[in-house]
Amino acid sequence: MSYEEVIFYFVAAVTVLGALGVVVARNVVHSALFLILALLAVAGVFILLSAEFLAIVQILIYGGAVTILILFVMMLTRVRDMPQALDGPQRPFAALAAGAFLALSVLAAVSSDWPGETEKITVVPFRELGDALFRIWAVPFEVASLVLLVALIGAIILARSEEGE
Amino acid sequence: MIPIENFLVLSGILFSIGIYGVLARRNAVLIIMSVELMLQAVSINFIAFAVYLHPEQFTGLIFAIFVITIAAAEVGLALGIILRIFRNKGTANVDEVDMLKW
Repeated sequence: MSYEEVIFYFVAAVTVLGALGVVVARNVVHSALFLILALLAVAGVFILLSAEFLAIVQILIYGGAVTILILFVMMLTRVRDMPQALDGPQRPFAALAAGAFLALSVLAAVSSDWPGETEKITVVPFRELGDALFRIWAVPFEVASLVLLVALIGAIILARSEEGE
Repeated sequence: MIPIENFLVLSGILFSIGIYGVLARRNAVLIIMSVELMLQAVSINFIAFAVYLHPEQFTGLIFAIFVITIAAAEVGLALGIILRIFRNKGTANVDEVDMLKW
C-alpha cells in the first residue's frame, strides 16, 4: 500500500466518523462539532484530489462561516433545552433508505467501467481554473453572485424582528 | 495512486449518512447539517470525475465551486427561516410545523 493510500484511508475514516457523529450524537452541540470535523476531513479529501483551491475555500466557508452560523442558530432556537427526542419515529425507515442507497451507489461505483484514466490524477493548474471561471463560466459566475446577494437580503428580512414583536 | 472507485465509494457512504440524518432527525437545524453532508458528497464526486476522467475540461471543479456558493446561500436563508419559525411557533421541530396541513 502506497503512502497516498494510507493517507486516503485515514482521511476517509475521519470523514465517515465525523458524519456518523453528526447524525447519531445525542447532544446537538456535539453534532455541530462533529460536522466541523467531517468538513475539515473533506477538505483533506479535496487536497488528495489535488484540488487545493477548493480545499481552501472549503475550510474558509464551511469550517468558518457555515458551522459558526449553525452554532448561533442552535443557541438562538434553544435546541438543547427541548425535552423531546431528537429523532422521529421513522428511524428504521431512514436506516433502510440509507442502506439501500449505499448498496446501490457502491455497486454502481465498483462495477461500472469508467472511460479514460481511472488510476491517475491530472492536476489542473490554478491559472487555468481561474481562466475558465472568468471566461467560459463568467455568466453563471455573475448569476451566482446575484443569488448570494438575494439570499442574504432575504435572510436578513426573515430574521429581523418586526414592530411590536 | 488511489483508484477513482475509492473516492466514489467514500462519496456514496457520506451521501447515505446524509440521507439517514435528513430522514431520522426531527430538528430543522440538524436536518440542515445532514443536507450539508450530502452536498459534500456531491462535491467529492464532481471533483473526482473532473480530475480523473476529464482533466482537460475540468467542468466538475467549476461545478464544485458553484455547489459551495449555492450551499452558503442556502444555509443563510434556511437558518433565517428556522429562526422565524421558532419565533412564531416556539419550536424548530419539523413535524410540529404543520400550518399548511389540515
